[in-house]
Amino acid sequence: MYWNLSHFEASFVFALFTSIVFGVVSRKTDQERLYYGLYVFGCFLAATFGLAWLMYLGHG
Amino acid sequence: MAQAKTPEAGAERDARPPVQAWLGPVALGWLVPGAGHIYLKRWNRGALLLVAIIGMFVFGLLMRGKMFEPTDGDLFTMALNYGGFIGNLASGAPYFLATWLGYSQPELPGAVADYGTKFLVCAGLLNVLALIDAYEIAVGKKD
Repeated sequence: MYWNLSHFEASFVFALFTSIVFGVVSRKTDQERLYYGLYVFGCFLAATFGLAWLMYLGHG
Repeated sequence: MAQAKTPEAGAERDARPPVQAWLGPVALGWLVPGAGHIYLKRWNRGALLLVAIIGMFVFGLLMRGKMFEPTDGDLFTMALNYGGFIGNLASGAPYFLATWLGYSQPELPGAVADYGTKFLVCAGLLNVLALIDAYEIAVGKKD
């Protein structure tokens, strides 16, 4: 079995799992953990799209 | 100007949490990601860590990521291989299970396998974060 994920899919899955762990191990209350996890996930996605556009525009 | 230190302040600074308070949860958390939190009765957080870290590891396997082995060579090669090996090893039981079942993927060309290699190492590194959290909970630094 072999999963041939695209760059975006792999980045999305990586961002999802990493932000779950970052959310769980940080902050003090469950609500703060949830918000921090969502914030980190949003940052990962923003960085993914930002870098993708940068590379697209850089390559012309 | 040097400040005089009281014996109480020195004793407080030197007071370290007893090993038996944290060794169990940390060892358990290393073997099975999230189990340290579950042992400390943080059920939901333990379950989330379990799903996220093992999920990351399984995705790495399914993308045919490479498992690092400690091999000698020049400094960069050694740092890369030993660092990757430590990252893989930090996953605990999933790593031992995968290698015991014969998973031995050589490095494949292409982005997907490269992502897989990073997933396998990052699963271990995320488990290190979980272990630090379990330690802090066990010694009472955190709820």
